[in-house]
Amino acid sequence: MIQYKNTEVKIGGLTLKNPVMPASGAFGAEMEQAIDFNKLGAIVPKSITKHPQPGNAKPRVCETNAGMINSIGIQSKGLDYYLEHTIPQFETYDSPLIASISAESVEEFAEMASVLGNHKSVSALELNISCPNLKGNGQAFGMDPEDTFALISKARKVTDRPLIAKLTPNVTDIQEIAIAAEAGGADGLNVANTLLAMSIDVETRKPRIGNVMGGLSGPAVKPVIVRMIYQVSQVSSLPIIGCGGIMNGKDAIEMIIAGASAVQVGTASFIQPTALTDILSEMQEYMEKHGIDDIHDLIGSIEI
Amino acid sequence: MKQYEAPVLFNRQVSERYWHIAIDTSMMHEAVEPGQFFHVRCADVDSPFLRRPLSVYQIHENTIEFLYLVKGKGTTEMTRIREGETLDVLGPLGKGFELYKQSETVLLVARGVGIATLAAVAQAAFIQGSRCVAVLSARTNEDLLAAEYLEDFGAEVHKVTEEDGTSDVGNVRDIIETDIMARHTIDSIYTCGSRRLSKLSQSISSTFGIPGEIALEEHMGCAMGACFACVCDIREADTLKSVRVCIDGPVFPLNKVVIE
Repeated sequence: MIQYKNTEVKIGGLTLKNPVMPASGAFGAEMEQAIDFNKLGAIVPKSITKHPQPGNAKPRVCETNAGMINSIGIQSKGLDYYLEHTIPQFETYDSPLIASISAESVEEFAEMASVLGNHKSVSALELNISCPNLKGNGQAFGMDPEDTFALISKARKVTDRPLIAKLTPNVTDIQEIAIAAEAGGADGLNVANTLLAMSIDVETRKPRIGNVMGGLSGPAVKPVIVRMIYQVSQVSSLPIIGCGGIMNGKDAIEMIIAGASAVQVGTASFIQPTALTDILSEMQEYMEKHGIDDIHDLIGSIEI
Repeated sequence: MKQYEAPVLFNRQVSERYWHIAIDTSMMHEAVEPGQFFHVRCADVDSPFLRRPLSVYQIHENTIEFLYLVKGKGTTEMTRIREGETLDVLGPLGKGFELYKQSETVLLVARGVGIATLAAVAQAAFIQGSRCVAVLSARTNEDLLAAEYLEDFGAEVHKVTEEDGTSDVGNVRDIIETDIMARHTIDSIYTCGSRRLSKLSQSISSTFGIPGEIALEEHMGCAMGACFACVCDIREADTLKSVRVCIDGPVFPLNKVVIE
């Protein structure tokens, strides 16, 4: 691995030694058998909810052309378990811990942000604003700029740690959501969560996911995400974390060129357990090959 | 658990729907137990790209064999792999069967590709000196591939099929309760491959107080415990506990699993 290239990036006050981190929901302690967690830009455990919840009906995953649909339903053991077990499990690594939070209301988001955003071992919070607002009309917070602003600004008041808003791609205009999140006080934007999708078995006429619909990920979504990163970077000065369909170093570089400062990798780890560290090495090889000493020379470097 | 590019020794069609593949595992230094599985990359392409969990069929000193049902794109791609090429496998994964050492007679109840999973149990039972009695169920007689392999290990094999109209659960229960149990004292039960036969096995296990294990088949994502795609419920005392088939199983105590 080439060490001297500068791959350090910042999200608010948080410095990442490199831009590669796991996508929440596609990372677990067991992956340590395959990769060295100390090499990751950050550690992002599975999203946590305040109360334990059982997750969705099976099947929870199905494969589609160059992609997969999942509807796991954030199976969670609750905040207390997270504080007692998950954080201690990951706080021993050199890589900063980013806690991903899911909640059903603005108040619940703020409550969890207050607990986790003041915990000594949590370096930043990722707010999964793609989940439905059960006190509103049930649509995701991240589908509405006002809900997005309300949620982020409330969380902003209870913690000084960097806040990353994980945007949903299932919107008409991602730019207005990005602007609302920035105005609310976000330090970074994750672009984006999975794309709402559906697949039907034509023999049985049944949906191939127990929850009928689910989120599409994998190489199939990458062009959509690259477009959204580019669009968001046009209207926001916040660092962007690109997420969706990265399978190799070139895919990650593509998102960086589109405007991302960092990337998250999910589905690729299912196929290649060493994907996270492989992608980092491949990014460094790209920088070496193109004589780029600092990753900042690549961020948003698209030539049009 | 490790990832290997294992040389393929053969990959051949053995019936209309089933293929048999063997890989060289001499580079693998972990012991492989019956009931464990490997997460297999069917082809180096974007579609299909997810790995497929295949449970071990035959375990030898330097080779592992799998029997696989050609069902969709992934397994169709797998049939194109030639001898001398390599297979990208991740494993061995999961918890395998625990054979009860004191079992003199073991009952195996399997259907379809689940027969391959239990064939590995028959092999292990033979090695420890236990006798196997097996009820094997499939659509057609041609699909009862592993029957001979089980017979090679001295198993008494009962075959039931849709083709012969003998595979209904009532008939399987009759075979077990009035024929097999009249002649043998069953010490343990192992099952795989059918929801209905699993329920039957649970019923026989609890009625007659016979311990047993079940290997579950489930759609998997990562197979490393990270994604929570392959969960099932386990009953412990009066509470239900959600477990991950890939790392907490795929083999579980027969009477603890909630079969949906």
